[in-house]
Amino acid sequence: MMGKKERYEIILAGSGGQGLVLAGIMLGEAAVLEGRNVVQTQSYGIASRGGLSLAEVIIDWAEIIYQQVQEPDIILALTEEALEKYAALAEKGVHIFYDTTLAKRRAGANLTGYPFTKIASDLGNVAAVNILSLGAMTAAVPMVKTESLAGVIRKRFQGKVLEMNLKALQKGVELI
Amino acid sequence: MGREVRLVQGNQAMTEGAIYAGARFYAGYPITPSSEIAEECSKVMLKVGGVYMQMEDEIASIAAVIGASLAGAKAFTATSGPGFSLMQENLGLAVMGEVPCVVINVQRRGPSTGLSTKPAQGDIMQLRWGRHGDQSVIALCPATVSECFAMTVTAFNLAEKFRLPVIVAPDEIVAHMREAFSLPEPGEVEVIDRKKPSGSPKDYKPFVADADGVAPLAAYGSEYVFHVSSSMHGPDGYSNNDPANAAWRVAQLHRKIEMHRDEIVITRSFAAEDADVLLIAFGATTRASRAAALELRKRGIKAGVLQLITLWPFADREVATLADKVKTVIVPEMNYSGQVAGEVQRVLGSGADIRRVNSYNGEVITPQEILRAIV
Repeated sequence: MMGKKERYEIILAGSGGQGLVLAGIMLGEAAVLEGRNVVQTQSYGIASRGGLSLAEVIIDWAEIIYQQVQEPDIILALTEEALEKYAALAEKGVHIFYDTTLAKRRAGANLTGYPFTKIASDLGNVAAVNILSLGAMTAAVPMVKTESLAGVIRKRFQGKVLEMNLKALQKGVELI
Repeated sequence: MGREVRLVQGNQAMTEGAIYAGARFYAGYPITPSSEIAEECSKVMLKVGGVYMQMEDEIASIAAVIGASLAGAKAFTATSGPGFSLMQENLGLAVMGEVPCVVINVQRRGPSTGLSTKPAQGDIMQLRWGRHGDQSVIALCPATVSECFAMTVTAFNLAEKFRLPVIVAPDEIVAHMREAFSLPEPGEVEVIDRKKPSGSPKDYKPFVADADGVAPLAAYGSEYVFHVSSSMHGPDGYSNNDPANAAWRVAQLHRKIEMHRDEIVITRSFAAEDADVLLIAFGATTRASRAAALELRKRGIKAGVLQLITLWPFADREVATLADKVKTVIVPEMNYSGQVAGEVQRVLGSGADIRRVNSYNGEVITPQEILRAIV
């Protein structure tokens, strides 16, 4: 587990439709709940499904001047294309979490692969892959408290979807 | 207990700013990267007793906004490049008819439909000169989510006070970014309403300005019956071909802005007082410039930033005053043509050495791109 820092820069990468922008928003909302400054941005193409899609989140106790991630601490890669783009940063100490369901396994320090998509699918909803991944990432790197994320999920969802998402979050935490 | 802090998107903050300022009419045609404004208005307008209309295109959208404003509502629309181009003719009507309205133009990479999801700052000259016929408007450009809110409130205030269209023109990055934001309480931020006539309806002249350069505006449907035309008109709003009248009208449309120039031109400066290097920036470029200036300070170079929040009328005096004290002026912008750099050159003179940093690939400008131009 990584020690606590003043500032975290996070990239969530994959393909359109995987809920990465929403994951970035929820991570940002959790940090806002903790009283911190947040900037969340995204980059996507014109397709609503497919194509490289990115969400960036910066969490800091100080003012965030430049809005884009420049020195990522942690990256989530949910597709082979996304992992290919960032894998080399692992050698430089960036924690990379990736999905072994959709990307090829890679060996090396700071590269952590789990079959996030398959686990979410087995839980009953592949769409929960974003929250499941966030659970694992926040358990490994203390960007925000898991309880803050659970608070955000409770505010956003209700009924069966809420239950599913809380289950996915917990499952992600238990992976670490 | 403190007020609620939320993670809010720029587009959402502009919508909240419009509602806070009293906007109760939205007509639009959704277009990336401004669509969230239409989406939010479709929900919130009904809750505040307002009207949301999804129109068949952008020409109809601005026409509906102008009509609603003349009927007494604070009205606005939101669009992006292709839609903003379509709105120009009717925006000219709003200038000529002195109709208060707000247009949000979220700038994306063109030309034409270009890259619909990618940022640019390529509409700077279009904001000012998009309409034919020797006219003038006000344009504002926020760089943060809080400024998205505040500058939308300001846009309505200026539109109402000076009876003209005001354009809020963030780039895609600012409109789509989310930051921590808390909504001011009602009354905390000043909200200005248009002056209404108080005399006898039969004596009402919709184009006779008070000493402040602005005429009171009645509402269609009230006891004041009046005429608004895009063609040259006299004090009563009816057609008038007299050269003296034309000269008076044209000058009045410009003078009401010139008279209140100091109130309209908003800038911010960051560590510019002792600077040797001055970065002149606006929108998202402000943030990259501030980061670049901090990095330069670490390297022993005294750098500061002048942020242009009001793009039009241009901040001639503020640019000249600060630029006079520095050795190097740099203008980073997300366009090829150096639209703001050209204005800075006009202000400082053709001999002034202005370094341009132009980013136009649809990606966000970085502090490193700016630093490369300096060191």
